[in-house]
Amino acid sequence: MKLITAIIKPSKLDDVRQALSSLGVQGMTVTEVKGFGRQKGHTELYRGAEYVVDFLPKTRIEVAVASDMAERAIETILQSARTGKIGDGKIFVYDLEQVVRIRTSETGTNAL
Amino acid sequence: MTPGKSTRLFIASLLLAASPLALAAETPTLNTANTAWLLTSSVLVLFMTIPGLALFYGGLVRAKNVLSILMQCFAITCMVSIVWVLFAYSLAFGDGGANNAWIGGMAKALMAGIGVDTLKGDIPETVFAMFQMTFAIITPALVVGAFAERMKFSSMMLFSLLWLLVVYVPVCHWVWGDGWLQKMGVMDFAGGTVVHINAGVAALVAALVLGRRKGFPETAMPPHNLTMTVIGACMLWVGWFGFNAGSALAANGTAGMTMLVTHIGAAAGSLTWMFCEWIRFGKPSVLGIVTGMVAGLGTITPASGFVGPLGALVIGVTAGLVCFLATNYMKRTLHVDDSLDVFPVHGVGGVIGTLLTGVFAATTLGGVGFAEGVTMGKQVTTQITGILVTAAWCGIVTFILLKLIDVTLGLRVTVEQETEGLDTVLHNETGYNL
Repeated sequence: MKLITAIIKPSKLDDVRQALSSLGVQGMTVTEVKGFGRQKGHTELYRGAEYVVDFLPKTRIEVAVASDMAERAIETILQSARTGKIGDGKIFVYDLEQVVRIRTSETGTNAL
Repeated sequence: MTPGKSTRLFIASLLLAASPLALAAETPTLNTANTAWLLTSSVLVLFMTIPGLALFYGGLVRAKNVLSILMQCFAITCMVSIVWVLFAYSLAFGDGGANNAWIGGMAKALMAGIGVDTLKGDIPETVFAMFQMTFAIITPALVVGAFAERMKFSSMMLFSLLWLLVVYVPVCHWVWGDGWLQKMGVMDFAGGTVVHINAGVAALVAALVLGRRKGFPETAMPPHNLTMTVIGACMLWVGWFGFNAGSALAANGTAGMTMLVTHIGAAAGSLTWMFCEWIRFGKPSVLGIVTGMVAGLGTITPASGFVGPLGALVIGVTAGLVCFLATNYMKRTLHVDDSLDVFPVHGVGGVIGTLLTGVFAATTLGGVGFAEGVTMGKQVTTQITGILVTAAWCGIVTFILLKLIDVTLGLRVTVEQETEGLDTVLHNETGYNL
């Protein structure tokens, strides 16, 4: 199994969720986060005073999938989250050792 | 009012009740229309401070200090109200006898002699005292913006109290209470000197004496809630009609024209600031347009009952441009941490407005004209005298007051407390528990 963590533009969240649902992904966790990459921050101006805002708002989604589905899930996120402009985000993929559904104690892919 | 006078008034009103026309010619009678407008205006001006100014300022500070600003505005409102009734009203508007050029007397302390039937002109004196009270409330509340996010609450209260008594009350008496500046002919319809120059200069001195906030100007200190600021600004705009048009002390043509020119000043100041930012920085900002509004309103204030629509337009545009430049100069070049820009907006605006009153009051420029025998040059000289006297008195006395409080109570919270935020440190509360 794989855990896919993607940092995306907040405005692309709905597209990504829909695309992953169509693929058959059963669930995901979404967090509002802040950070910067090559896009860096931006400056804000208040009555002439300039402030550099280092951390931009981003959305982090976490999806756990069976290993054979990981490539398709990654491709789906790529397609649905991409705008082609700087700041589209990144995808991190981890090996996932175990998954347990709390209600039933099911484990592994059954718990996904 | 002396006991003799009130007895006469009582008898007069009895006679009046019996024979409505008998004494009407010689006894000042209550004008209900004027009274209604002044009752309304008092409410509008109070609404400018709480919640208008409180929200305007509250949104501009960081989230950890929002309550401290709301608290300061609220507490000043309460304290000034009590002191005003105790004796400040009497000192500002009472008869000072031989010293009346400088300060009023104590005859009206505790509102002595002011009853249901006591008149000031043709409105009840209670209403006049309430209306003027709301001006005395907002002026020290405006100063709060200069020392936001770092001053001790106790020192702020003591400073506001003393400042009201030794800066606001005398200047108010000089300009509006039959004092020497009024006799000299200074034209200040609704508070260019008394309110805006006073607040602006006090703010500048306070910002310099207290020093910058920790981290200014390197650290980002953006407004935490501009939505709140815009709401507060809109309340200020509406309340300002009471402030200026109420200063006509009547529901008449002067009040009507005052309301119109006040509105023009606000709109012209807003648009000018917006375009200045658009040209200078590439984008028109929300904070910019509402700041231009305050600048336009502060600047039209002294002129509002004396100028026509064209004068108001010029004054509004000048306010937007000059206050914009002043704000940028103070922040970007001088690095003075007048945290919410009270001096460049109110102080500079008050100076421009008071000065231009001497120009645009001319009948040739659509104004009401000068006193008999007074030329524009002479009026402008008088206006400059009023500006300099107010700025000098306010600057010197504010400096002394702050230094005295600094060596006794201390002005600032500690660096750690400043970092933690005044809301938890001084008030044991937080503005947002989300």
